[in-house]
Amino acid sequence: MKSSHQPSQSWPLVAGLPGAQETIYSFFSPSFVTLSYFSFFFSLNPFSRFDYFKSLKMKLDTSGFETSMPMIGFGSSSDMLDGFSTVPSFDLPRTTDFDGFQKEAVQMVKPAKGTTTLAFIFKEGVMVAADSRASMGGYISSQSVKKIIEINPYMLGTMAGGAADCQFWHRNLGIKCRLHELANKRRISVSGASKLLANMLYSYRGMGLSVGTMIAGWDETGPGLYYVDNEGGRLKGDRFSVGSGSPYAYGVLDSGYKFDMTVAEASELARRSIYHATFRDGASGGVASVYHVGPKGWTKLSGDDVGELHYHYYPVAPATAEQVMEEAAAE
Amino acid sequence: MARYDRAITVFSPDGHLFQVEYALEAVRKGNAAVGVRGTDTVVLAVEKKSTPKLQDSRSARKIVSLDNHIALACAGLKADARVLINKARIECQSHRLTLEDPVTVEYITRYIAGLQQKYTQSGGVRPFGLSTLIVGFDPYSRVPSLYQTDPSGTFSAWKANATGRNSNSIREFLEKNYKESSGPETIKLAIRALLEVVESGGKNIEVAVMTREETGLRQLEEAEIDAIVAEIEAEKAAAEAAKKGPPKDT
Repeated sequence: MKSSHQPSQSWPLVAGLPGAQETIYSFFSPSFVTLSYFSFFFSLNPFSRFDYFKSLKMKLDTSGFETSMPMIGFGSSSDMLDGFSTVPSFDLPRTTDFDGFQKEAVQMVKPAKGTTTLAFIFKEGVMVAADSRASMGGYISSQSVKKIIEINPYMLGTMAGGAADCQFWHRNLGIKCRLHELANKRRISVSGASKLLANMLYSYRGMGLSVGTMIAGWDETGPGLYYVDNEGGRLKGDRFSVGSGSPYAYGVLDSGYKFDMTVAEASELARRSIYHATFRDGASGGVASVYHVGPKGWTKLSGDDVGELHYHYYPVAPATAEQVMEEAAAE
Repeated sequence: MARYDRAITVFSPDGHLFQVEYALEAVRKGNAAVGVRGTDTVVLAVEKKSTPKLQDSRSARKIVSLDNHIALACAGLKADARVLINKARIECQSHRLTLEDPVTVEYITRYIAGLQQKYTQSGGVRPFGLSTLIVGFDPYSRVPSLYQTDPSGTFSAWKANATGRNSNSIREFLEKNYKESSGPETIKLAIRALLEVVESGGKNIEVAVMTREETGLRQLEEAEIDAIVAEIEAEKAAAEAAKKGPPKDT
């Protein structure tokens, strides 16, 4: 069906913007493929040029987002996999040492997760807090990043690691949660949502994703908090802090934590923990946001600039006024 | 018409899927099965044809559990049932694994109905020849449910239903006599309904019960069933006597 004729003079047309001929062909693309089965003489120069153009496209396969027609007969295992998406495939780079290259690539992308996020369960629900600084090495690229992602009105996710990765996967998780709600006429549980995310991340293990997130929410069984990371790990817990500032945050959080706190006490504890982490950790700063997840969903409690918080906690004592030397009046 | 009922399920000119309709015929020839939903109990009762003396009756159970909180009874081709039940059991566990939650009754019913529908729209396969009655309690909320699926892949929830042989007469009886009930009353209603079409006696009926408090399916012993049947007979006799009028004094 495909002609083996490789027209080198068509290169400029293919590589740049499609010329008038290509545009016309691309509109009629499906019919041309079928026609070529029937009519041999159609495999002339113009058509082979079109095939060439197709082969340059990336073979990115998005079948993970569509449900495919299940195959009956041979694949009984395909029934089991109906609920899972397929892993997309992509072209491999041309190197002499692929394994070494892969390791290098992963190491380069693996950032230290420069941030501070924390979440803890207490009597009244879940408290979630985060800073808002984004850094690229030593450069502070933004002081106003939203690191607490609203997956749906009763579930929150925190962002640590690659901002794009976290944002995308949380949004993807939101889609899956919504589909679950529509299909099952009831909300997904926090453990179910975190499991979905962990399974997705596990299938991309080793491909350089950087996600260190906490999923916090309130479901039928009460408050829920899970830590999920790009290795595919998933932990259930009462208190978590993720990021480069987490050791400092843990120090303040662990020493001040009591299960029986009021919402006000818990939000103050969360805010203080973030402040102390931003004070000592260079990769954390900006605004300390605090959210509360209760039985009716989440609410944002506060968002305070950590610089101002510093003077709030450690007000500057007014210094004794110095003698102000006045300039001698000019004669 | 003959051209449209061969190997693949295709439409006939007047809009019928003959394979599906033939499958429903197979269901109508199967054993009678009754399901009743009470406020805190769900009951399944199935007609049991006399077991041959040498057969181990435990291997021929007609009411099976899909998970701790869900049970299924079916009418129709038993071999098809085995395949469908295995797939449903796998799905129950798979749901527990991915969602960390047991399935709801509606979810697993939708899955089974989806499977049955898939086989009416694929090449080279025939539909499953069975209708199922699925009972259970939802996890956490413990709301009781009864669902029915059929070979076409449709499903719906019921307060009480029957399938298989003479299901129409059983359903009529249930429509006349259904009341919201709980505990032993629900069991009695299910057995009474089945006795309309089945010879009375513990050895001709298989009954299984699930309650909100207990986990798991409880199969009633033959002796228990006999006792309830005796109760029912006594009630019937009393009702007959009352109809005939008080005995005349001589």
